[in-house]
Amino acid sequence: MRYLPHSPQNRADMLARIGVASIDDLFVDIPKDKLIDGLPDLPRHKGEIEVERILSGMAGRNVSAGSVPFFVGAGAYKHHVPASVDHLIQRSEFLTSYTPYQPEIAQGTLQYMFEFQTQVARLTSMDVANASMYDGSTGCAEAVLMAHRATRRRKAVLSGGLHPHYADVVRTVSDMASDAVVTMAPDPLATENIIAAIDKETSCVVVQSPDVFGNLRDLKPIADACHANGALLVAVFTEVVSLGLVTPPGEMGADIVVGEGQSIGNALNFGGPYVGLFATRDKFVRQMPGRLCGETVDANGKRGFVLTLSTREQHIRREKATSNICTNSGLCALAFTIHMTLLGGVGLERLARLNHANAVKLADMLKGVSGVEVLSKTFFNEFTLRVKGDAAAIIEKMAGAGVLGGVPVSRLLPNAGLDDLVIVANTEVNTDDDRAAFVAALKGAI
Amino acid sequence: MLNNQGRPTQAGEAHGLARETFTGNRALEIDEALIFDQGGFDRTGVDIDEPEEFADRLGGLARKNRADLPGLAEPQAVRHYVRLSRKNYSIDAGLFPLGSCTMKHNPRLNEKMARLPGFADVHPLQPQSTVQGALALMQELSRWLLSSTGMEAVALSPKAGAHGELCGMMAIKAAIVSRGEQETRKTVLVPDSAHGTNPATAALIGFEVESVPAGEDGLVHPAAVREKLGPHVAAIMLTNPNTCGLFEREISEIADAVHQAGGYFYCDGANFNAIVGVARPGDLGVDAMHINLHKTFSTPHGGGGPGSGPVVLSERLAAFAPVPFLRQKDGALTLVEDTEGSQAFGRMTAFHGQMGMYVRALSYMLSHGGDGLRQASQDAVLNANYVRAGLSDLFSQPFGDRPCMHEVLFDESWLKGTDVTTLDFAKALIDEGYHPMTVYFPLVVKGAMLIEPTESESKASLDLFIMAMRDLALRALRGEKERFATAPRFAPRARLDETRAARSPVLKWTARAPVAEAAE
Repeated sequence: MRYLPHSPQNRADMLARIGVASIDDLFVDIPKDKLIDGLPDLPRHKGEIEVERILSGMAGRNVSAGSVPFFVGAGAYKHHVPASVDHLIQRSEFLTSYTPYQPEIAQGTLQYMFEFQTQVARLTSMDVANASMYDGSTGCAEAVLMAHRATRRRKAVLSGGLHPHYADVVRTVSDMASDAVVTMAPDPLATENIIAAIDKETSCVVVQSPDVFGNLRDLKPIADACHANGALLVAVFTEVVSLGLVTPPGEMGADIVVGEGQSIGNALNFGGPYVGLFATRDKFVRQMPGRLCGETVDANGKRGFVLTLSTREQHIRREKATSNICTNSGLCALAFTIHMTLLGGVGLERLARLNHANAVKLADMLKGVSGVEVLSKTFFNEFTLRVKGDAAAIIEKMAGAGVLGGVPVSRLLPNAGLDDLVIVANTEVNTDDDRAAFVAALKGAI
Repeated sequence: MLNNQGRPTQAGEAHGLARETFTGNRALEIDEALIFDQGGFDRTGVDIDEPEEFADRLGGLARKNRADLPGLAEPQAVRHYVRLSRKNYSIDAGLFPLGSCTMKHNPRLNEKMARLPGFADVHPLQPQSTVQGALALMQELSRWLLSSTGMEAVALSPKAGAHGELCGMMAIKAAIVSRGEQETRKTVLVPDSAHGTNPATAALIGFEVESVPAGEDGLVHPAAVREKLGPHVAAIMLTNPNTCGLFEREISEIADAVHQAGGYFYCDGANFNAIVGVARPGDLGVDAMHINLHKTFSTPHGGGGPGSGPVVLSERLAAFAPVPFLRQKDGALTLVEDTEGSQAFGRMTAFHGQMGMYVRALSYMLSHGGDGLRQASQDAVLNANYVRAGLSDLFSQPFGDRPCMHEVLFDESWLKGTDVTTLDFAKALIDEGYHPMTVYFPLVVKGAMLIEPTESESKASLDLFIMAMRDLALRALRGEKERFATAPRFAPRARLDETRAARSPVLKWTARAPVAEAAE
């Protein structure tokens, strides 16, 4: 077995040094009647060749995004990641290190965490960001819990433009914790009056922009209404590239900003692992969940970094902790920060403009197609189409024609009566040929 | 003096400090400035096309000021991160005996497999007809997890161990609600030795936490549990093998007692690596257990994540598993994503969980096979006991010298009178080229040192580690406290001031005002 260094002789020698006759003598604490004699239902060990053959076979049965014209988004996006990113995150010292609990020999991890926190704070125009969450959706639930702590209220209002999976995650945690949640109706046209739902018991309003249907939302009036009622505004995004072109939530009055960072540095991975971004105002820093890295000095006066404010965390506070979170999304945050370091503000703006331009191009091409209507008046790189017929069936037909055309809204909201809507994303990877193929496949499917 | 390029003409003029080298670097040990101190705020290291002029659809919400972030060219960026990487200790570079964390070797085949475009470049919301291979992989991983744990169902989606705990406890809460007992069953029993995530998780969803004391032998006993049981108890959260490195001998009796009292048994599976192929949680009365794929099944820790924490469930809880879950129908696999029509308690995360980790874990399982998984657990336990046997005459064991599971626990009573603490000892181990063991956890032991060598270490590696540990111990006992107080002396940084970091937190870079130039 290639991962186990001991020879049979090693094992025998070691048992002798321990002073026991057999390996079974080390498992004496397990009740005899509970011991099993291995795992006979499972196959025996395999060499690399065979493992590769089996897994490649499974991989081969999936249609990969890069192999077809690809327009699927709604919370995860196909972007180009520079080759150096994946190379660097596979450095042993990053890949196979642990949480930096011994900071003297983990300055590499800690410094990039500090840089990551700075990048996220600047992108969102917030005071402080943590060292990442599992993903955008779990970060969103944590943001709601944090707002409850900060306001000592327990009612959240969720916009009808919030990604339905995010809303489900918030509702699941809230139901379990007996916290109240008001969910606005699905809002593909961005016409909801969410301000009317705010009252004196509201701890926070959760609004996504660009929303799940692609619409951009002006958060300023909502923030003002929140603050007038003693509530917080939680601003959500699932497409972080939008921040290259769109007014950041921090400039519109958001108190907590949470989003999915997958688009920068990370592959689609069929949904995970991803990286949650989480930022807030200075005054709320001690209410924040998750890891924080801070600057300090060592015994020789040299600058260094450590995990800090850990009195918020579970390993110190146990049942009084701000969250039960123990990990961050370290390596995905590293991929994010490397890609962002390559892009810089200039590159991010250019990338965002190209994404937006491509989406505008496709929207314009669709104007002349009968049976199709672009619903989104404003958008970044994703918009909602109304199609004649059942969107899920049309997307399935398009897939049959070799085009992955988007996400039918019914996949996310099966019982909302929005079966004729489809969410379509464009990024920098889409070419004019891809868009032509999209239009042709769509026409063929309708 | 400066020459006509403005450069010093005398040695030492640049900074006037007495340093060993001009740069302050020492050969391979090179300090690296923050990206923000390297400039490049007006450039980018990625070539991106400029689109033709077009009318934007941003509805007046265009960003006014560009995000103020530096963009490094590829050679600068590569050098930056390579230099940073060299300040990290890693399992690839040396023994990493961090107890309860299972820092085993991360096979590179797993990395290669996870990067196949058919897994890495697949979107979670593509039509399910185009991802049948991905669903098949999830089904196969489920089979391995269920087979090795003897449980009924699995929820794959939790993103990490603590997230898995949350999922398991939510399933328990859902079951209690379905019995109409949510108003009465509000207490969760947790031993003091538990990971901090256990009580934090229970509290997060509204349970009251009550602690259960362990006995003198470090184990939880049925009598102590029975004393706390009653119609108010929802569940017990027990780690097995426990955080003292011991198998809870009376676990079945405890499970029976909890079940008889109408409660559920949550097992923290962080230490599953000790017993794969040796015993099955399902046979021990467990109702829910998370499995850290990043511990037992070798997916990389990545400097603190991403993890993956699937939860296996007993028959009593299976129906409450969250969406998404798999269903086989007419030869095709379907991922059920909506709770309607089932008892699923809700959703843990957007999409389907940590697919990248599923691939790595299955790659590891297929490589080991059922036979290899058992051998790996046996080797992990063998290695821990070998370390125990090599150190037990010098280091004190809080619960006596007896066989341990995959990790061995010492306390600091043997250091009494030396002026050396567990922390000092750990830092001295850094100078010897090792990552320290877990220190000060579990909390029930004073100055805990929890050592988990894992099955990845060879006998030679363990022999050297044991000798280094013994040498340090003998030095501590001999009174060489200076060596410990000043450690680490050879790491990229000396001991860091954590108090200062917490008292006046600096959590991001800010531009320093240019002092001298501004005055001129």
